[in-house]
Amino acid sequence: MSGEVHDMPFSIPREEFMEPGHTACHGCGATLAMRYVLKALGKNTVVSVPASCWAVIPGAMPNRTLDVPMVYTPFAATGASITGLRAAFDILGKEDYNVVGFAGDGGTADIGLQSLSGAMERGHNVFYIMYDNEGYMNTGVQRSGSTPYGAETTTTPVRAEKNFKHQQKKVVADLMMAQGVPYVATATVAYPEDLIRKIGNAKKIVGPKFIQVLSPCPTGWYFPTEKTVEISRMAVQSGMFPLYEYYDGKLRVTKPSRPVSIREYVSAQDRFLHLEDEDIERLQATVDQRMKTLLDKERETSGA
Amino acid sequence: MMRIPIADVSSRANHTDSWRILRPDIDYSRCIRCMICWKFCPDNAINVSESSEIKSPNERVARLEAPVIDMDYCKGCGICANECPEKCIEMSYESRGGN
Amino acid sequence: MQKVQKYNAIMTGNEAVAVGVKLARVGFISAYPITPQTTIVEKLAEMVANREITAKYVEVESEHSAMGAVFASELAGVRSYTATSSHGLLYMHEMLHWTAGQRLPVVMSVVNRSIGPPWNIWSEQTDSMNQKDTGWLQVYCESNQEALDTILMGYKIAESSDVLLPLMSMEDAFILSHTSEPVDLPSQEEVDSFLPGFDLPFRIDTGTPMGYGSYSTPDGPFMELKRDMMESMRNSRRIIERVTREFADAFGREYSGLVEQYMMSDADYALIASGTLASTGKYVVGKLREKGWKVGLIRIRFFRPFPDEELVKAVSGLKGVGVLDRSVSFSPAGSMANEVRAALYRKSNIPVAGFIAGLGGRDVKVEDFQNMFQMIRDGFSGSTYVNVRGGA
Repeated sequence: MSGEVHDMPFSIPREEFMEPGHTACHGCGATLAMRYVLKALGKNTVVSVPASCWAVIPGAMPNRTLDVPMVYTPFAATGASITGLRAAFDILGKEDYNVVGFAGDGGTADIGLQSLSGAMERGHNVFYIMYDNEGYMNTGVQRSGSTPYGAETTTTPVRAEKNFKHQQKKVVADLMMAQGVPYVATATVAYPEDLIRKIGNAKKIVGPKFIQVLSPCPTGWYFPTEKTVEISRMAVQSGMFPLYEYYDGKLRVTKPSRPVSIREYVSAQDRFLHLEDEDIERLQATVDQRMKTLLDKERETSGA
Repeated sequence: MMRIPIADVSSRANHTDSWRILRPDIDYSRCIRCMICWKFCPDNAINVSESSEIKSPNERVARLEAPVIDMDYCKGCGICANECPEKCIEMSYESRGGN
Repeated sequence: MQKVQKYNAIMTGNEAVAVGVKLARVGFISAYPITPQTTIVEKLAEMVANREITAKYVEVESEHSAMGAVFASELAGVRSYTATSSHGLLYMHEMLHWTAGQRLPVVMSVVNRSIGPPWNIWSEQTDSMNQKDTGWLQVYCESNQEALDTILMGYKIAESSDVLLPLMSMEDAFILSHTSEPVDLPSQEEVDSFLPGFDLPFRIDTGTPMGYGSYSTPDGPFMELKRDMMESMRNSRRIIERVTREFADAFGREYSGLVEQYMMSDADYALIASGTLASTGKYVVGKLREKGWKVGLIRIRFFRPFPDEELVKAVSGLKGVGVLDRSVSFSPAGSMANEVRAALYRKSNIPVAGFIAGLGGRDVKVEDFQNMFQMIRDGFSGSTYVNVRGGA
């Protein structure tokens, strides 16, 4: 209500570990993801970033934009690098360092999947944050395994042939659950309190933690730059990107409280501009099916 | 002296104001200090000010810290205006001298 | 090669390397198994299980990840090691550049093995020759003793503040890796006084946040960083000479720096070779000397840095020389022959023969060496294959 004073205006930690002056695109969701992750983890954190948007966001040498060390690695090396960092810090008595792999969806779902899976299987005490902007955005919006059904990208162009991505999104968080990673969650930038709370829960677990953070990309999803948080919210509300948390063998799904239709979600982004009713219905059906699968799993694992 | 590929200069050295086409302006007389604009700024370009000089809708709000946009870094994406629950941030075309 | 020969153990090359890693007090080991490297990492895993070493050993899911993990642990400030072979080394290729480019003095063992197809697990240097431009120092060992000693010298050279480049030490598949030889194992105390602890000046510290790697525009420091790597590679020659001398003082075993010269003082003709092929070559030199041929052998120990000045000196006064490559290169000659010819250009006008031999582990016999020396004596200056069916 207008004029009402909030007693606690700061719903997330005030301290910043990402500085201004970086070179992310206008309205970048991935930048918000990093800002929140570091607020949750604090100063004693080392971030390893493969080739991705985040490898250029800090700007060219000699600039850095994080107030924590950031290791740049080749595309497929995120899981391996956090393996080596964790081992070395433990050897050096720096067990209190948070080791974080922070990779895009291409670097996670595609080229980095083997390295990720290996690192998670070995059980290192590390965080792996996948900032999911649903394509190779840094290289100019190409299709990734994590691009959703129906999206146009520069390698799935819609011209005379409607060659939008016809395959379903590969959801790496689901793969990680199937692999038995002790902490798995999804989150998105519209709900920073939820993301920060999840990192807090994850931190209690000594072992691998995987969090997939949907990070809308105005540049690659073709929506106005002011809509990043709104699109992120709609992704959850429509069920397109369900939020969940999985630990202690139990899945907890956030039920969409105010459902938005898939039609509304895709209508807000020009990457879906070409979709016809039957395409949207197909997408809606798969979204409904996935939500049902997750809720079934929640029921199964709750012990009820 | 050999060089090591290390980046150690804060990006604060890099002003991004020239990226801005639309400029946000907060109407403090309507701003309730909810800090949602601060929370969602991807450029970390909204600072928190304790100044009591800033206008406010009422005396209770006047006691709270206020969001202040740092125009050296704001790129003008407009997320703050879009997310503002009071709709008290207005985006308007930047009037900048020719360069 | 050695001034003083004393042995206190008999072991394979791979076992000797593992002992070297133990003596070097490596903190972190990460590897992926591939024949014929496997017995190195098996031995290290066993040492960890026996509490003989305190190193952390992580078996990863690929060689790319092995180097990825070792890159990161080294950057965090821990002396790190890996070993691989053949396709494993090729799979690592990207990470080799990355590790060298970040100036991390990792030491790695490479058991030289061929590249398919067809699959073949035997001795050949194509795997490591393909890495010659990755910024790693390269040492080709001739004996199990040298394989062990090169781990110890390797860390000291690589970690020198004038070098800060990684180093790979090569053993010929099976001929060294799986063949037992007498070896002199130094004591831990001796090694500790020779090789100081690892102290990377720019190691990761959350107190000093920095970006490691970052990116550079064309006008940024990119070209200067690469120039500095090339200059450090050149400067490493001086450090290699110094560390080799220090090693001789500490352990009584004298290596010859970048190249070894065998019966060269009065030679008219010589063969340039590396690894265990040099051993056969030395034997043949002895035999031909008995027949009155004034021949010698130059063994390339370090292929990186490339010993151009040393080779120019070594061939001065010769009437002809040949270069033996055990690797495939789709250029006018083998990789070593190409570089030797480039080094001698306008510095020497003797014929330089190029020989490609022993691919896929094919034996290079005494008579093959005799034929090569014959061709060198005949002034052959082309490039050809040795012991190949269907004609050279």
